[in-house]
Amino acid sequence: MEELLKNYQTVADQNAINWIKVGQTGDFPENAGACVKYNAKQIAVYYFTRTNSWYACQNLCPHKMEMVLSRGMTGDSQGIPKVACPLHKKTFSLEDGSNLNGEEYSIATYPVRIQEGNVYIGFAD
Amino acid sequence: MEKVIVIGNGMVGYKFCEKLAAHPLRGQFEIVVFGEESRPAYDRVHLSEYFSIDDADKLLLAPRDWYAENNIMLRTGEMITSIEPETKRVFTHKHDYFEYDYLVLATGSSCFVPNIKGVDKPGVFIYRTIEDLDAIKDYATKIKHEGKFNASVLGGGLLGLEAANAAKELGLQTDVIEFAPRLMPRQLDKAASDMLQSKIEKLGMKIHLGKNSKEIIGAAGIEKIDFTDESSLQTDMLIISAGIRPRDELALKCGLKTGERGGVYVNNKMETSDPAIYAIGEVALYNNGIYGLVAPGYEMAGVAVEQITGGEKLMSPSIDMSTQLKLVGTEVASFGDPFIENDEITAIVYENKQRGVYKRINIAKDGSKLLGGIMVGDSSDYNTLFQLYINAMKLPENPEDLILGSRGGESKSALGSVLDLPDTAQICSCEAVSKGTICDSITSGACCTFSDVVKQTKASSSCGGCKPMVTDLVTATLKSMGQELKETICEHFEYSRQEMYDLVKLHSILDFDEALDRHGKGHGCEMCKPVLASIFASIYMETANRQAPIQDSNDRFLANIQRNGTYSVVPRVPGGEITPDKLMVLGQVAKKYDLYTKITGGQRIDLFGAQLHELPMIWKELIDAGFESGHAYGKSLRTVKSCVGSTWCRYGLHDSVSFAIRIEDRYKGLRSPHKLKGGVSGCIRECAEARGKDFGVIAVEGGWNLFVCGNGGATPKHAILLAEKLDDETCIKYLDRFLVYYIRTAAPLQRTAPWLEKLEGGIDYLKKVVVEDSLGIGEELEAEMQELVSHYACEWKEAIEDPQMMKRFKPFVNSDETDDSLVFVPMRDQKMPRPW
Repeated sequence: MEELLKNYQTVADQNAINWIKVGQTGDFPENAGACVKYNAKQIAVYYFTRTNSWYACQNLCPHKMEMVLSRGMTGDSQGIPKVACPLHKKTFSLEDGSNLNGEEYSIATYPVRIQEGNVYIGFAD
Repeated sequence: MEKVIVIGNGMVGYKFCEKLAAHPLRGQFEIVVFGEESRPAYDRVHLSEYFSIDDADKLLLAPRDWYAENNIMLRTGEMITSIEPETKRVFTHKHDYFEYDYLVLATGSSCFVPNIKGVDKPGVFIYRTIEDLDAIKDYATKIKHEGKFNASVLGGGLLGLEAANAAKELGLQTDVIEFAPRLMPRQLDKAASDMLQSKIEKLGMKIHLGKNSKEIIGAAGIEKIDFTDESSLQTDMLIISAGIRPRDELALKCGLKTGERGGVYVNNKMETSDPAIYAIGEVALYNNGIYGLVAPGYEMAGVAVEQITGGEKLMSPSIDMSTQLKLVGTEVASFGDPFIENDEITAIVYENKQRGVYKRINIAKDGSKLLGGIMVGDSSDYNTLFQLYINAMKLPENPEDLILGSRGGESKSALGSVLDLPDTAQICSCEAVSKGTICDSITSGACCTFSDVVKQTKASSSCGGCKPMVTDLVTATLKSMGQELKETICEHFEYSRQEMYDLVKLHSILDFDEALDRHGKGHGCEMCKPVLASIFASIYMETANRQAPIQDSNDRFLANIQRNGTYSVVPRVPGGEITPDKLMVLGQVAKKYDLYTKITGGQRIDLFGAQLHELPMIWKELIDAGFESGHAYGKSLRTVKSCVGSTWCRYGLHDSVSFAIRIEDRYKGLRSPHKLKGGVSGCIRECAEARGKDFGVIAVEGGWNLFVCGNGGATPKHAILLAEKLDDETCIKYLDRFLVYYIRTAAPLQRTAPWLEKLEGGIDYLKKVVVEDSLGIGEELEAEMQELVSHYACEWKEAIEDPQMMKRFKPFVNSDETDDSLVFVPMRDQKMPRPW
């Protein structure tokens, strides 16, 4: 199980080496999540229309180690964009991956860029 | 075992029993209570309500059973005639005697009857007990038949005005006679009295101040009252309510020390001059005073219980006589010293004759603290002011804000936050409950709602005056613990579900973004999105497909997510009736997709372990075979369970299956604040367990009995009878009304049982709305339901027919692969997810 988690490490925008095209903007739902695959990784991608912002994070919920976060509801808590896991409604910041319920586990986040209608996610591997 | 005898079963005597019954050392005492009235203790504070409720039982502080259950021997209608302290015995009017170890005098007081000539004439009454009220009522009826409608009340104090209100309730033209130059002379100054007088006179009463009654004139019954100033007042009856006189005759007779003007002398342990005899309540003379309010009486009861059980609690050295009440429809309050006037004091007065409001506060000249005050016409600031006074708290820079409200800028309570009060601050003076006790009951986890707190601490259970402050404390404490009690949906919408429902309807708001733009802020969240989705569904009967992103995650994918992120599939099987062919389809589909199969509690079949991308394929096959979505994933109608009914069952009275199917078909797809379950039983054996449902229909001779607001689950509740012997159409009509009314007014995720619990007036009120149509909205509710159900569509059918909607069931945007991370393990002859 822990192996799975190691697969996901937060990548800061400036540390991204590989920008992987994962689809076109129209492929993704508005104000909700969808999942993409990069090698062995499952990455959840969210598009917030009100601020025209894109976020990406691991699809793996660290609470029970299930691949579900892309199917969670999105929103914000005090202005921080977040996702709520569909299993137990644990919420995570999409800005820094921190747990917003005050629990220990957090998630890895990835940078997203939009160029010419295409969606790119930045990876360090 | 020591024997405690209580003489007097009034409010304070009852409180003594209640406190002793709850005491850890209760087992060491035998309790015998004597009450000379025929019924157990009742609420004298709200005595005047007797005329409007007309049911003495509703005023009882506890039913007779309570005494038996608590092993207290209650002897009502039995009067103690003498006490023999030397032998520790009391004698009854039946010449029986009882021995005691401790004797508690809770004999209370009687009505003070001034020595006026003719006071014994027919038509002159006192106002003290339910029997007095009955006598007043009978006489009033009699004189009204004779065409006489004038009543007078002697006494313009608190009790007098209560009595005047009662007389007015009886439809009598009422005059109030007061000896002092103002009303409520102990509580109000002249200006406040004037304000109260003008308000009362507007209601048709007449007030006569400064009148000293000389003689009651009348041949047979009372006809008029002559005053010492040579004036007189024609009247057809007179009610005396001009003060109280302690019932100290037993004490006097047996030689206990009593006061010159009555009352049994007690020390701060509530002991009389005989240490085995205690006195509490209005008979007790403490600090040279008799206290005619319940709060000090209750405190005395508590002290006596502690002393008798070996505790050390003592009576407070000074008794607070602050009071807040509604008199003849007018709010009146007075606290601390309402009158003080000297060089050290400044009084700030606000008077608004147009609105009929008078407020006065007395503050120390240096502005440091509040010493007392008066409110007439609007006592909403009472709790705040009282706390500032009783805790000697620092006042705001402009103390006038306390009664005028802050002018300009944000309005803010003068207290800041209720949490700023010291822990020792007494919030409920009747039950002596401190702020600390209330907050602890929540922080300890014992309570999490206002009603929990009332139950546990008894705060606000007596006069209810502190209710707003207790509510504030509960809310603030919960908030400080990160929980919200305020009924706003979440941080994005500062409205309750009901308010949002109304706004969406009123402004014809069509989607979540528009709602957020107009009435919310931010992006929304997992709290408000499903609430709004439910509201849109309830107003426009839209399925979960139109605004998929705001649906709760299960509704978005039209299936219930399970442990490993796979889903379960539950097609609708109305009433639990299914043909063998359809049953076989379910079996074939389950087999084909390797789904774990189980029968649900709602007489359906649940197929587990479907992956996201498989859902549309599975549903396509089910829909082709004639199935529909079962909405098992939604806050919506689930199933209407049925027993087999009269078609097969030899006991069945009506065809429960057909009716269950009809009901389930009618309401299928209906979204609501929480899930809805129904049941129909064909006879009272109730095999469908309909009373464990949000609505249950049970066949009886002559029709269906309709029960509502039950549930199983964590807090099981039996549904309650709403209407009896209905035909099919009426039953559906009432169901329509009930369901729409619930959908309109419930809080998010509030099932029908807790909704009914919160509904003011409870089931009786619901009956009025649904059955009697007291709000006149019956047809509107039915029409609304008709509109909703006529727009039903199977959302799974919608989904599989629309390629755009189908996109959401694709596991990866950038790949056609499926999720290979899933692991199942075998279990019996099927499979289950790998355990967590």
